[in-house]
Amino acid sequence: MRKCSLESMNTVLAEIAKTAALYLPVDEKEGRAAYKKWSEGTGWSKQLNTVRSPKDFFFPQVENLMEFKTEGKNIEIIDTRSESEDFVVFGVRACDVKSFEILDRVFLSEPVDSYYASRRAHGVVVAAACTRPSETCFCRTFGIDAADPYGDVAVWRTEDEVFWQEKTEKGAELMKKLESLTEECGVEAVEALKEKTAKIMDKLPLAGLSADAFGGDKTEKFFNAPQWKSLSEACLGCGTCTFVCPTCQCYDIKDFNTGKGVVRFRCWDSCMYSEFTKMSAGQPRLTQLERFRQRFMHKLVYYPANNDGMFSCVGCGRCLSRCPISMNIVKVMKTIGDKADE
Amino acid sequence: MNNRTETLIPKLGVITDIRIDTPDVKTFRVVTPDGKKVFEHKPGQCAMLSIPGVGEAMFSITSSPTNTEFMEFSIKKCGCVTEWLHQAEPGQQITVRGPYGRPFPVDDEFAGKDLLFIAGGIGLAPLRSVINYCRHYRDRYGKIDIVYGSRSMNDLVDYREIVDEWCADGNVDVHLTIDREQEGWNGHVGFVPNYVKELGFDTGKTAVLCGPPIMIKFTLEGLCSMGFDKTQIYTTMELRMKCGVGKCGRCNIGSKYVCKDGPVFRCDELDELPDEY
Repeated sequence: MRKCSLESMNTVLAEIAKTAALYLPVDEKEGRAAYKKWSEGTGWSKQLNTVRSPKDFFFPQVENLMEFKTEGKNIEIIDTRSESEDFVVFGVRACDVKSFEILDRVFLSEPVDSYYASRRAHGVVVAAACTRPSETCFCRTFGIDAADPYGDVAVWRTEDEVFWQEKTEKGAELMKKLESLTEECGVEAVEALKEKTAKIMDKLPLAGLSADAFGGDKTEKFFNAPQWKSLSEACLGCGTCTFVCPTCQCYDIKDFNTGKGVVRFRCWDSCMYSEFTKMSAGQPRLTQLERFRQRFMHKLVYYPANNDGMFSCVGCGRCLSRCPISMNIVKVMKTIGDKADE
Repeated sequence: MNNRTETLIPKLGVITDIRIDTPDVKTFRVVTPDGKKVFEHKPGQCAMLSIPGVGEAMFSITSSPTNTEFMEFSIKKCGCVTEWLHQAEPGQQITVRGPYGRPFPVDDEFAGKDLLFIAGGIGLAPLRSVINYCRHYRDRYGKIDIVYGSRSMNDLVDYREIVDEWCADGNVDVHLTIDREQEGWNGHVGFVPNYVKELGFDTGKTAVLCGPPIMIKFTLEGLCSMGFDKTQIYTTMELRMKCGVGKCGRCNIGSKYVCKDGPVFRCDELDELPDEY
């Protein structure tokens, strides 16, 4: 474990930014925070919960995949891929760090998605322990310790100091660069902080939420639950939950004619949209009920079925604070999980 | 990075021949610009075809893997990509990627079995590949029956191949039917599910079904009432797809992705999945 003073953070961040593009949560208006590229003087937000998740760093909302030139009946396929730049995402919450593992299982399984893999290979994740988890947090439901995050390096922030611990080889490389700016220290302060955070976690409104009722073998049990109707009734199908979700990974591939050629790009998509599964031959998910059910069944049943029981939710709470009709995965878990037996 | 393989980046193909099958189905022959097969596949697998600027869509590869010269796709006109393809001319380049999906178990479960192929309309397209594969390796299988029906005789896909090759093949029994009486048609008239019951097959066969959902539903019910077990019946599914490799998230039925866990499913496997297709 190493530490530096909070005062010296600007110097430390400047050192990191010398060799890699550095991104961190920065305060915006109304107490919100968003990941921004660091430049001299950029302050690290005390708000760890960014409105948008950091999934953009590895799976951007829109990215170009390739280009085509067409002339008469001929087509030229242009591989426009380039290696990602080296970058550091600093200050990622424990829950969001876990979301990368969930995305990895999709994009890094065979056949590997080379766009995602390149960003993952060149990105270093510096996780920040939560000291002030909020009312919408329920990461513990999914076995995540907000006070003890993974990542390549983990940091803990106290009133006047920042503590650093490398977790991976990539993390060790980063810490080497910060050797002269940090000093070796004991773990006491961090242990005290973990204890303090754990006590806050105990008292959170969602502290008792359990996912035990769900899992990969529960399709039959929950698919036809009558509660889906009332749960989905008010859903607008706006897709906000999907876009703020750190683990939602569905995408669309589209072509754009630039006038000089065609760019094929990928963009986030949402299973909450009616177009998502619409075919000329028919539509397997006719109403919002089926689409709504798909989203939650995927997170709580289908994804675990294909990924050794791992849920595709990290309890970040973004959908709780952003849904315009105040529907969210917690309500679904409580309603379906508790009542499906009745 | 450009030396890393990327399944989303397609290969170039050229349409060298276009056959008009029915008023709304054409069969496209595709090779690489230097005249070779774009890639090898197994019976029942699919490929993503695209025209840059129009879009990309998944199609069954309808030619048999035993064809060493080219691939064929029988395509019904029903959306943006298919409409565009239907107005294309030979020499047109397209992009191709694949092969995708789980094929028919032609070399294991099918081996040594009597095979009963049942298709309706454009549903023959995905079966043509496996039928011709089994005809090619004829001694690996028992008796082969093919029941195929369409709205009218003009809507029978691959009609020339059926008449000239399959019907002439003494080792294959072909049973054709059309929905309604038509001048010039001397064959059977009636819907496929009823025809299958009328023909009354031995229940030891392995059946392979493809066609419109309603035909599949009634044929499956019919086969089961005749004494077939669902473990003996295979079908192939179709849902909207974008990536073809289980990542874009749209072709799932429960925890299975049609693009990679399918498109071929055994009917007892489908019973395990939620009823959402």
